[in-house]
Amino acid sequence: MSEIFRAEFKDAPVNYNEIARYAGAKTIDSELKNLIDACLNEANNIGVLNFTLCFVKENIEVGEDTTNFAGFSLKSKNLAKVLNGTKEAVVFACTLGVGIDKLIRKYAEIQPSKALVLQGIGAERIESFIDYFCERYKKENGVSLTMRYSPGFGDLSLENQKKVFALLNPPKYIGVTLNDSLLMSPSKSVTGIIGIGGCDKKEDCTNCNLENCEYRK
Amino acid sequence: MDFREFLKNNNVIVDGATGTELQKAGLQVGELPERWNITHPEVLINLHKAYYDAGSNIVSANTFGANSLRYNDKELEEVIACAINNVKKAKELSTGNQEKFIAVDIGPTGKLLEPYGDLKFEEAVEVFAKTVRLAVKYGADLLFIQTMNDSYETKACVLAAKENSNLPIFVSNAYNEDGKLMTGATPYTMACMLEGLGVDAIGANCSFGPKELEDVIQKLLEVSSLPVIFMPNAGIPKNENGMAVYDVSAKDFAESVSNMVGKGVRVAGGCCGTTPEYIKLLVDLVKDKPVSKVEYKGLTHICSNSKEARFGYKPLIIGERINPTGKKRFKQALIENDIGYILNEGLSQSECGADVLDVNVGIPDIDEKEVLPKTVQKLQEIIDLPLQLDTSNVEAMEKGLRIYNGKALINSVNGKKESMEAIFPLAKKYGGAIIALTLDENGIPNTPQGRYEIALKILEEAKKYGIKKEDIIFDTLCMTMSVDPEAGNKTLNALKLIKEKTGCNTSLGISNVSFGLPDRESVNAAFLTMALQNGLDAAIINPFSKGVMDSICSFNVEAGKESEEEYKKFITNIINKATNQGGNVANVKSLSDAIIIGLKDEAKQKTKELLATKSALDIINEEVIPALDEVGKKYENKTFYLPQLLISAEAAKQAFDAIKDSSSVKNSSVKCDFVIATVFGDIHDIGKNIVKLLLENYGFNVIDLGKDVPQRTIVDEVIKRHAPLCGLSALMTTTVPAMEETVAMLKKEAPWCKVVVGGAVLNESYAQKMGADKYAKDAMETVRYAEEIYSKLV
Repeated sequence: MSEIFRAEFKDAPVNYNEIARYAGAKTIDSELKNLIDACLNEANNIGVLNFTLCFVKENIEVGEDTTNFAGFSLKSKNLAKVLNGTKEAVVFACTLGVGIDKLIRKYAEIQPSKALVLQGIGAERIESFIDYFCERYKKENGVSLTMRYSPGFGDLSLENQKKVFALLNPPKYIGVTLNDSLLMSPSKSVTGIIGIGGCDKKEDCTNCNLENCEYRK
Repeated sequence: MDFREFLKNNNVIVDGATGTELQKAGLQVGELPERWNITHPEVLINLHKAYYDAGSNIVSANTFGANSLRYNDKELEEVIACAINNVKKAKELSTGNQEKFIAVDIGPTGKLLEPYGDLKFEEAVEVFAKTVRLAVKYGADLLFIQTMNDSYETKACVLAAKENSNLPIFVSNAYNEDGKLMTGATPYTMACMLEGLGVDAIGANCSFGPKELEDVIQKLLEVSSLPVIFMPNAGIPKNENGMAVYDVSAKDFAESVSNMVGKGVRVAGGCCGTTPEYIKLLVDLVKDKPVSKVEYKGLTHICSNSKEARFGYKPLIIGERINPTGKKRFKQALIENDIGYILNEGLSQSECGADVLDVNVGIPDIDEKEVLPKTVQKLQEIIDLPLQLDTSNVEAMEKGLRIYNGKALINSVNGKKESMEAIFPLAKKYGGAIIALTLDENGIPNTPQGRYEIALKILEEAKKYGIKKEDIIFDTLCMTMSVDPEAGNKTLNALKLIKEKTGCNTSLGISNVSFGLPDRESVNAAFLTMALQNGLDAAIINPFSKGVMDSICSFNVEAGKESEEEYKKFITNIINKATNQGGNVANVKSLSDAIIIGLKDEAKQKTKELLATKSALDIINEEVIPALDEVGKKYENKTFYLPQLLISAEAAKQAFDAIKDSSSVKNSSVKCDFVIATVFGDIHDIGKNIVKLLLENYGFNVIDLGKDVPQRTIVDEVIKRHAPLCGLSALMTTTVPAMEETVAMLKKEAPWCKVVVGGAVLNESYAQKMGADKYAKDAMETVRYAEEIYSKLV
């Protein structure tokens, strides 16, 4: 029987370039650096950059364009390619919580540049925290992990969020909810699946059809 | 026995976990546990019986997730009917001889409420109402609202319970490690709100083991006048060979929980990981504990989701600036739906030290019953302070109180029969402390005795509605000194008399005293000090007024209500604010430099300097617009990126604000109307706000309808204004149809209007297909297009 676990982290190194990238800037000048620092300080002072995650380890069966586990079936060639050769996977949901959303809302009304940078910080933080979780998981369990794959990536439709939510019950464990639009609340939340074993490669943009994506690396 | 009677004189034992026990019996991850009521009744009956046998007074039916978002109406009824029936059978079969009751367990909907999620408050009320009605129909003894991690959802659930049953209501919340709910509520604010709503017991469950939750329980015991519930987990699950193992043993659990019963907890049980064994040991230990008296704390307090304001300690500052009376700019903001302006007024007052914000949006041109609740929601979205709802429109008051997250301050009731009959039922239903004005059908009595008699009448009447005197705050009405030199004295004498005789808290709108006089600040400050000396508990004042704020700080220190350190901090803040209005202005050559670099204070300062020698129009045309154009070009050439574009735009906005503040300019720069909205169903508005900021800088009169705006509202606004331009934004593929419909309606009903669309999911061909006049890839492109259309108009 599989079990759902919950974990909380407070620290993971901050990557300024990623924050700038998410905020739409390719370079960081001193004004932008100051703005990022001001936003980071404010967010940290009110404690809205903490990370909560829940996950379950499941046996998976990977076919050519489907991945099956725990009675669910995800249809996606791209995902199957990522998970190719693995027998187990971590399915996770995680969030920074509602505090960062509140802060973004506040500045969206009174100072949009801060809202934009805080969006970037939120995106960078949650990704860095997941990286941190993965590194720890690898160390603790002595395994390699594939890149993580989320509903909405490549040909894995956003509809699959419903399956991830049915499996993990994130509202109960970490307070993350699924909206009718299939986006999540709080907004700085991520779900995904990570193969255990298999190819230990970081994000691989070549495995994605969105060739004009502004975040393509 | 009636459950409420039982609760009065006994410690109440609740059952332990259901979910983790069902998992042991084979419930799979991803399976809906409530279906087991129908498919595995024997498992449920055995479990419930084991809890009754262990000595539980309350066993909860397996209905935690039984709501209409997860089940259709037919299945929901079946699930709840079977769930209650299973407990009934267990009750019959049990050998325990204690009093036994059946609870219907109500957990969160699984959706987050607006504004941070997409479930509307009233939808949440209706979801819970369906469950409550079924609980009543199938014979529950009480409603047990559990594991809620959001105060707002908790309120929706309690309202549904009150509106659809007379059953006792228990509310237990799931607190995080930081001692707060996920959305920020504290034990103090939860106690304040839930007592206001009139539930029967409050507490904490789930999350952690008994030790970690002790602090939360202590806080609840400290402020709650209701029985306190404590139902922790059996610790925290640890991963042992892939299995979750809870780390607190039954013995340790029972000791810790019963220990808290000794300290005042009246309702005890267990959550995740606990079993009948845990409850059995708990029952054995609680048997020897006394039944603590639930003490009435007599607090006068109000709260928002996350902040409590308590009367009778330090005088509270109620900020009066969110009020259109005598403020042209504010009225304009209300008419134009410029919520940003109102929010800024709120945030600035908060920064200046206000404890509570008065909210008054009453002007003849708007529908207060629509605008007040909307303003309340918007303010609560970004400001933590509790609010005082200030309206004479009873319908607006009800809507505002209903939608309010927390326990609000109601401004106001008075001694007139009609007023009390309208306001007291609202306060009773939604909770709320009430400002009571000492006037009645015969006007304002001239003597302190007369005002005191009205106070007594108000208290008498409030009592009939079950409203306690602690929820009544008297305002003895401050009249202007310019008409009656004795006005101040009469008010203060009445204040003192009422406070001494009734023990109630007091509040005054201070600035009335100086109405019609010069140098009002000094008069107000002096009067405020006198009022404080006479026992004033809350002052409705202007937090931007240094004189008045200084006098309240000085009083607090001199009357020993504040540490000197706090005082110094406060004063330094105010001084900084006062002297910083010029700011630490760096040395930049020109206004246009300040804008290009993005220095806000400098931009404001330079504009002020320029206004002494130049006309507003010249400043805009010679300095601001060229600077904006240069920034725009840099952005288009990709030497500037979005954050820099915004930083500059905000600096330019400071220049415009400085120009608007100077009286010399009358709409000199307004080009034409531009109606803008994020379409129906979409709640993403950062992009839209960026476009708005830039358009305003370029002189367009932007009518911002906000986000999630129905098609009809947008079209009506365009027609009403005969607006030549309309901008629509959508981020999600799912909301593009709403955009298409809006464009089609605009084309049909407002063919003169050029429609610009934008947002992450759109592109040129998509925009063309839906019939939009223009696809703009970013804010600058929208500005360029708007300029082009405008140039053809003139």
